Amino acid sequence: MVPLNWYLILSAAVFSIGIFGFLTRRNIIIMFMSIELMLNAVNISLVAFSHYLQDLRGHVLVFFIITVAAAEASIGLAIIIALFRNKNTVHVDEMNEMKG
Amino acid sequence: MDQATVNTLGFPILSLLIFLPVAGALGLLLMKSSQEGLIRMFALLVSIAGFLLSLPLFTAFDKTTHAMQFVERHAWIPAWNINYHLGLDGISILFVLLSTLVTILCILISWNSIKVKVKEFYISLLVVEAAMIGVFCSLDFFLFYIFWEAMLIPMYLLIGVWGGPNRIYAAVKFFLFTLVGSVLMLVGIIVLYLYSGGTFNILELSTRIYPYDMQLWLFWAFFAAFAVKVPMFPVHTWLPDAHTEAPTAGSVILAAVLIKMGAYGFLRFSLPILPEASKAMTPVMITLSVIAIIYGGIICLAQTDLKRLIAYSSVSHMGFVTLGIFALNVQGMEGGILQMINHGIVTGGLFLGVGVIYDRTHTRQISDYGGVASVMPVYASLFIVFTFASIGLPATNGFIGEFLILLGGFKANQWAGVLAASGIIIGAGYMLWLYQRVFFMETSEKVSGLHDLDTRELIALLPMVILIFWIGIYPDTFLGFMHESVRHLLERVNSGSAHGVSVAKNIVEILK
Amino acid sequence: MQHYLLIPFLPFAAFLINILFGRMLLKEKAHWVSILAVAVSWVVSVMTLLDVISGKTLNQDVYTWILSGNFRVSVGFLIDQLTAVMLIVVTTCSMLIHIYSVGYMHGDSGYYRFFSYLSLFTFCMLMLVMANNFLQLYFGWEGVGLCSYFLIGYYFDKKSASDAGKKAFIVNRFGDFGFGIGIFVIFLTFGTVYYEPVFSQAAGFATKSINFLGYDLHLMTVIALLLFCGSIGKSAQMPLHVWLPDAMEGPTPVSALIHAATMVTAGVFLVARCNAIFSLSELALTIVALTGAITSLFAASIGLVQNDIKRIIAYSTISQLGYMFLACGVGGYTAGVFHLYTHAFFKALLFLCAGSVMHAMAGELNLHKMGGLKKYMPVTYITMLLASLSIAGIPGFAGFFSKDEILWLAYSSTNPVGKFVWLIGTLVAFLTAFYSFRLIFLTFHGSFRGTHEQEHHLHESPKTMTVPLMLLCIGAIASGWIGISNLIGELVGIEHLNWFTGFMQPVLGHPEGHGTHAEEWGVMLISIMAGVSGIGLAYYLYIKRPELPDKIMAQFSTAHRVLFNKYYVDELYDLLIIRPALWTAKNVLIGVGDVRIIEAIVNGVPASIGGFSKQLRRLQTGLLQHYATIMAMGLFVIGAFMLLRNW
Repeated sequence: MVPLNWYLILSAAVFSIGIFGFLTRRNIIIMFMSIELMLNAVNISLVAFSHYLQDLRGHVLVFFIITVAAAEASIGLAIIIALFRNKNTVHVDEMNEMKG
Repeated sequence: MDQATVNTLGFPILSLLIFLPVAGALGLLLMKSSQEGLIRMFALLVSIAGFLLSLPLFTAFDKTTHAMQFVERHAWIPAWNINYHLGLDGISILFVLLSTLVTILCILISWNSIKVKVKEFYISLLVVEAAMIGVFCSLDFFLFYIFWEAMLIPMYLLIGVWGGPNRIYAAVKFFLFTLVGSVLMLVGIIVLYLYSGGTFNILELSTRIYPYDMQLWLFWAFFAAFAVKVPMFPVHTWLPDAHTEAPTAGSVILAAVLIKMGAYGFLRFSLPILPEASKAMTPVMITLSVIAIIYGGIICLAQTDLKRLIAYSSVSHMGFVTLGIFALNVQGMEGGILQMINHGIVTGGLFLGVGVIYDRTHTRQISDYGGVASVMPVYASLFIVFTFASIGLPATNGFIGEFLILLGGFKANQWAGVLAASGIIIGAGYMLWLYQRVFFMETSEKVSGLHDLDTRELIALLPMVILIFWIGIYPDTFLGFMHESVRHLLERVNSGSAHGVSVAKNIVEILK
Repeated sequence: MQHYLLIPFLPFAAFLINILFGRMLLKEKAHWVSILAVAVSWVVSVMTLLDVISGKTLNQDVYTWILSGNFRVSVGFLIDQLTAVMLIVVTTCSMLIHIYSVGYMHGDSGYYRFFSYLSLFTFCMLMLVMANNFLQLYFGWEGVGLCSYFLIGYYFDKKSASDAGKKAFIVNRFGDFGFGIGIFVIFLTFGTVYYEPVFSQAAGFATKSINFLGYDLHLMTVIALLLFCGSIGKSAQMPLHVWLPDAMEGPTPVSALIHAATMVTAGVFLVARCNAIFSLSELALTIVALTGAITSLFAASIGLVQNDIKRIIAYSTISQLGYMFLACGVGGYTAGVFHLYTHAFFKALLFLCAGSVMHAMAGELNLHKMGGLKKYMPVTYITMLLASLSIAGIPGFAGFFSKDEILWLAYSSTNPVGKFVWLIGTLVAFLTAFYSFRLIFLTFHGSFRGTHEQEHHLHESPKTMTVPLMLLCIGAIASGWIGISNLIGELVGIEHLNWFTGFMQPVLGHPEGHGTHAEEWGVMLISIMAGVSGIGLAYYLYIKRPELPDKIMAQFSTAHRVLFNKYYVDELYDLLIIRPALWTAKNVLIGVGDVRIIEAIVNGVPASIGGFSKQLRRLQTGLLQHYATIMAMGLFVIGAFMLLRNW
C-alpha cells in the first residue's frame, strides 16, 4: 500500500512543474500543456483521496474533469490555431492586445 | 390596501401595450436588413396597432375614482415578494397615450432621414416605446426600476448611433447623468423595501409613514434620479447635448416622453411616499424651478443652434412643470401634469418641425436660414402654431397649463408666481426671434427652392396641431382624468402625518 | 342668445375657410367670405344694440373652459351697454376696412392670408369685448395681439416689418405680465374671475389691504394697477408706447383697424369695464390720469416733427389714447368710451386717407415728397380734411363733443391732479390741431415735391377705397351727435341731449362735474380756441411762410433732434434691457454658468476618475504570464498566511 502522502507529493510536484512551465515558457503550446499538467495534478490528488476515503465520488469527479478538460483542450487548441493564423506566431510576448 | 384590483376591460391591456412593441421588435429582428421599405412599414403598423390598442384606455377609464385601473398582478419572484404589477390612474394614463402616439410620429418622421442600420433603428424605437409604457404602468418598484433603466439602452443607441457629429459625447453624457441618478434611487428603493418589511408595492408604500429623517434622505436619493431626468437646474446640461446630437426621432421621444418621467417620478413616488419631506423641501424645489425657468429662458436668447435653443426652452418649460407640482395645490398640480403633456406635444412638435427642415438643408445653424415662410408656407403655418403654443397663447394648450401653474404657484408663493410669469416674457422673446430669423426676412441661399411638406410629413405634424387646439379650447377632456387622482394625492401630502398615522393604525389593527 | 353667437363666430368661420382653402381655391375671391361674415356680424350687432336700448341685457355661459379645483371659468358672453357700443365700433370699422382692403390689397400675393388675418382679428376683438370674465378677456386680448403680430409683419420678407411685429408682441407681453398677475390676485381675492361677482363684491373689499410680495398694500389699488399694466401695453401708453409707431410697417388698413380704431382701445375698454374696481382706488385713478396726460403730451410733441405720414397719425393715436385714459382717470369713464367711439371713426378715416395717398404715391410716406395732391385726389382730400377738423375739435364735428366732455370733466374733477391734466389736455388739443393740419397742408396744398414719375402716376383711388372713406366720414362728423353736451341742449331747449351718457349710466355710472355753467362754457371756449389756433399756426407756417419751419428747426436743433428721435426711448430700452439680456445670456450664463461651473463639475468628476484609472492601467501589461505570476504569488501568499495563522 503506497501511503497517501506519496501521491500528494507527486501531485504537488506535477503541479509545480506545471506552474513553473506556465510562468517561464513563451511558447503558447507549451504553456497550454503546462495547464494540462496542473489539471492532472489535481486529478491525481482527487483519485488518491478518493481511494483513501473509500468514496467513489472522487473518481466520478475526475471523469468529469477529464471530459471537460478534453473539451477545453480542443477549444484551446482551436483558439491557438486561430491566433497563429492571425499573427503567424505562437510567442506570447507578442500577444499583448489586452494591454490596458 | 387592495384598492386596485379592477380591470374593466376583459383583457390584460397594459401587458399587451408593453409587449406589442417588443413583439414587433422581435419580428423586425427576423427580417432581412436589406428590406428597408418592408421594415419601415412593419414598424409603422406595429406602432399604429399600439396606438389603436391604447385608445380603449381613453374611453374605458373611470374618471370618478382615484383608484388604479386596468390592474394586472402576478407573482414574479415570490421569494423577494416581487410582483408583475401594472395599473393606471389619472396621473399616468395620459402619458401612455402620449407615448403610443409619439412613437407613430417618430417612425413617420424618420422615414427617409435614417439611411444606415434601418432595422436596428426601428427595433430601438419600439423597445423604447415598450419601456416608456412600462415605466408609466408599473406599480411595483422593482419592475419600475427595470423599465426605467431598460429605456436607457435603446435611447443611448439612438443618440450614439444615428446622432450628429458629436453623438458619442452626448450619448455617454446622457447615459452617465441618468445612471448616476438612478443608482441613488435604487438605494432608496432598497431602503424602502427593507424598512417596510419586504414589499415593492408602490401603493402599499404610499400609505405607510416613515421617520422624518429617513424621508429626507430618501427624498434626496429620489431627487437625484428624477431631477436629472426632468432636467432641473443645475443638472440640466446633458439635455442640450443629447437633444442637439440625437436624430429627430430621438429628440422627439426625449422631449415628449422621456423627460416627463422625472416629473412623473416626483408625483408617483416622492410626494405620496415621502409627504413630509416633500412638503419641507418645497421652498428648495420652487426656487430651483424658478431658476430653471428664467435661466433656461435667458440662455435661449444666445443660442445659434436650432435644436439647442429648443432644448434650453425645455429646461425652462420643465421648470414650470416642477413649479406647478411643488406648489402643492390643485391648480398647480393639474396645470403641471397638463403642462407635461403640453410640453410633450409642443416641444415634440417643434423637434418634428426642425427635423423636417433639417432633412432638407442639413444644417442646424439659425443663421443659415431665413425666409422659409416664402418657400414653405404650409410648414411655416404649422410651425407658428407650435411657436405660439410654446409661448402660451390662449386657445393653445400652453396657455391652459402655464396659467394654472402660475395661478397655483402664485397661490403658494407670490414671488415664485411673479418671477415665473416673467419667464413668459422671455419665452415670447426667444421663440419669436427664432421664428423671425428662420421663417421671415429674405430667403437665404440654403433655403431657396425647398419643397413644402409632403403628405407623410403633414400627417406627422397634424396630430400635434390638433391636440394643441383641442387642449387649448376644451381642456376638460384631459383635465377631467386628473381631478380625482390629484385630489387624492394632495390629501395624502397635505394631511401629512395625521393621515399617515391613522392608516398605520388601521394596518396594525388588521394585522392583529 | 343664439344669434349673439353669430357675431364673433362668423368672422371665425371666415378665417377658417380662408386659411384652409384660400391658397388653393379662393385666391382673389377670398375677400367675399370675410366681408360677408363681418357684414352679417354688423347686422346682428345693430340688432343687439337695439335690443340693449330696449333694455335687454344678457350674461350667459356657453361651456366650461377650464375647471381645476375651485377654479372654474367658461366661455361666456356679457351683452350690456358697453359691449353693445363696442360691438358697433368694432364691426362697423372692421366692415368698412374690409371693403377698403379689397382695393388697397388688390393684386397682393398674400391676398387670402390678409383677409383671413383680418377675420381672425375681428373674431378675437369681438371675443374680447363680449367676454363675461377676465380670462376670456385675456384670450381676446392675446388673440388680437397675435393678429397684430401677423399683420404688422405681413410683409415678412422685410426685416423692419418682422422686427416691428416681434417688438409689438413682446412689448405687449410686458403689459400682459402685470395683467395676468392682476387676474391671479382677483381670483385669490374673490374666488372667481367672472365680472359680475367680482364687480358686485368689489365695494366690500374697498378698505382691505393685501400682502403683495412682502408689502402691505391697498388691495384695490394693487388690482387696479396690475390691470392697468395690461392697458399700458395694449394701448401703447408710456412707457410701453414704443411698439405702436413701429407697427406702421403693416399694411395701412391694418393700421386703421387695429392700431387706431379697435385693438389699441382695448386698454381703455378694460379700464372702463373695471370701473367698479378703479373707482375704489383714488391712487390708481390718479396714476391712470397722469399716465394718460403725460403720454398724450409726449406723443403729441413727437408728432410735431415727424415726416412719415403714417407715423404722425400713429403718434396722434397714442396721444388720443392718452386722452381717453385721462378721462377715465378723472372718473369720466363715459367720456373715455365716448372718445374711443368717435376716435375710432375719425382716426380710421385718417389712416385710410393716408393709405389712399400712399396708394397714389406708390408707397411713398415722406411728407416732404408730397404736396398739392388735392387736385389729383379730391375725395381723399375732403374726407381727410373733415377727419382732421374732427380731431382738432372744431365744433360740430364728432371729435369736438368727446374732447370737450373730457376736458370739462378733468377741469371740474375733484381729483387733485384734475386741473393739471386739464391744462395738459388743452395744450395737447392745440398741438393736435397743429400737427394734423401740418400734415394736411404739406400733403395736399402747395406744389408737388416728388419725382416726375410719381407725379405722372398720381390718381384718385378706386371706388372700393373711396366709398368706405365717405362712409367713415359720415361717422367722423356725426358720430358725436349722440353725446352732445347737455349745456348745448339747454341752449337750444332740449333736455338730456346727451343721450350717450344716459345710455351708459347702468355700466359706467354718472360722471360728476362740479362747476358752474360759466366755467363749462369757458372750458369749451378755450378748447375751441386751442384747436383753431393750432390750425391757424399750421396755416401760417406751412402755407403763408413755408420758409419759416426750417429756420425754427435750425434755431432749436437740439430740441428738434430729441423730438425727432422720439426722446431716444427705443435706444434707452436697447441699452437697458435688450443688450444686458443678450450679454448675460452669452457671457454669464453660457460662458460661466453652464461651462465653467456646471460643466466643470460634471466633466471634472469623470476626469479625475479617469486619471486614477490611467495610473491603474499600467498594471495591465496584456501579457498572460504577468497575470499568471501575480496569481501564483497571490496563491502563495494566501497559502502561507493560512498555514502561518494556524501555527
